[in-house]
Amino acid sequence: MSGDRVGIIGIGQSAFRSRRDDASYPDLVREAVVLAMADAKLDFDAIEAIVYSLSPDAMVGIGNAERLGVDAVGGRNKRFLRINTGGSTGISSVAAAYYHVASGACDVVLTAGADKVGECGDSQTVLNKIWDPTYERALPLGTINMLAMSAVRYMRNYGMTQEDMARVVVKNRRHASLNPNAHLRKVVTLDDVMESRLISWPIKLMDCCPQSSGGAAMVLASEQFIRDNHLDAVWITGLAHRAETYWMGDRMGNNPTAEHADAYALRRSFEKSYKMAGITEPPKQVHVAELYAPFSNTEFHAIDAAALCPPGQSVPMMRDGMFELGGWIPVNTSGGTLCTNAIAVTAMARVAETALQVWGRAGAYQVEGARVGIASGNGGDHQIFGTMVIEA
Amino acid sequence: MELLGRQEVWNITYDHALGETASYFFTQIRDNAKIFGRRSAKNGHVLVPPRAFSDETLLPTTEWVEVGPGGRIEAFTMVYERFNNLPDPPYAFGYVLLDGADTALGGYFKGVDLKDPDAAARQLAIGTRVITKFAAERKGDPLDFWYELA
Repeated sequence: MSGDRVGIIGIGQSAFRSRRDDASYPDLVREAVVLAMADAKLDFDAIEAIVYSLSPDAMVGIGNAERLGVDAVGGRNKRFLRINTGGSTGISSVAAAYYHVASGACDVVLTAGADKVGECGDSQTVLNKIWDPTYERALPLGTINMLAMSAVRYMRNYGMTQEDMARVVVKNRRHASLNPNAHLRKVVTLDDVMESRLISWPIKLMDCCPQSSGGAAMVLASEQFIRDNHLDAVWITGLAHRAETYWMGDRMGNNPTAEHADAYALRRSFEKSYKMAGITEPPKQVHVAELYAPFSNTEFHAIDAAALCPPGQSVPMMRDGMFELGGWIPVNTSGGTLCTNAIAVTAMARVAETALQVWGRAGAYQVEGARVGIASGNGGDHQIFGTMVIEA
Repeated sequence: MELLGRQEVWNITYDHALGETASYFFTQIRDNAKIFGRRSAKNGHVLVPPRAFSDETLLPTTEWVEVGPGGRIEAFTMVYERFNNLPDPPYAFGYVLLDGADTALGGYFKGVDLKDPDAAARQLAIGTRVITKFAAERKGDPLDFWYELA
């Protein structure tokens, strides 16, 4: 590494909806790219490389859809790389863009993608196929019941209740109501969540993220380029990735390394990110957090893994409103993954929303005085995690 | 303007080879109604389902070990929503640490009344003892066995 910092200079996000019948898949990618390029105030010629953010092909129903995306990102005759780490794809893509710059290979890199999950009539069928055909495919596994089993273990270990899960939904929907780009923007009550139909115990319909369509793009640049061109930026000061075992049954039983109730590798990834950023006491130094949590229960172990509190303390702290806008450390001020999930770019949106907060550009859901923020993404069967620290 | 759509179906057939380790595991289930794990020599852990190597020691596993049929519930859920290509709800499934194993094996829970979800959850609480049951006619696949409360 050169020692120079890497900055975020442009952000573009769609208004996420269930469907976007007015836009084809590449049109949706292009929409986000145009917004990000306008935000960066750069011409396409300035872009030296593109990291293409695209999770499972079957979700958009186009095999190797990055082929179709090359034109939408202005990729002709440029470095071009697709990233796929499942749900964490978006933050992995930002990380890959970061390393293009940090390595000295490029000064300006674009990362972009889109998803149209609302067009996939069988997203849980697609997600069942992430389990191996040898041992586990015949079970009715999907991301919902995989994380329902994490909830069951978290309840046992830390005393989380179904009402505690509902509190996360109420908070995030309130936040999303302030974010014009969020998919689910209707404010709901604790009773609304508790009375919504049971999907996979203890997860109810409103504990689940929606299937969203939309795109996201970001432009990253070297500190030298940013200074030479007098651009405005926020800085990625820490980043890391960590993986844990494929086998869910290995995250329980006798003395598991990575307990399925928790997010072991996410915690390790945050530790590495904090070390790189020089953060020694996260609760005192972090002002805002966008933590990937597609089901309400998973926000608790994400907060724990980010070391904002001791394991399990996120539950009573949530009851006390400490993670709400106006609270101690607001979490998922955009409404988060629980209110918008266009899988290919969901974890990029976590980075983008954190950047907007420390930039002071988060509008109606701005956390006053936020200068240091954190973001995370979870992919696979709760298995591949990415984290970042972003500072003004 | 009028916006058009197009429906499309992906229907692809794969013919997967299971490899030596899983072939032995499923042959034992099919022919003898027994479940086997693989022991990792360096740390002694018995991996179920069996794997040819340990992800912790990164060495080959060295020994077949029979596990179960008793065990304890490690995780569960009951599904009440209908999903395409998955069984008709409601159903319960989860993971069980079989006696003699160090990791948990997925399977259905049968014989539990699922009408009252919270009551069913109490019956399936983590730590509850279960017994593995085998189908009379076995094909050598993951649905040849399931768990019932002991």
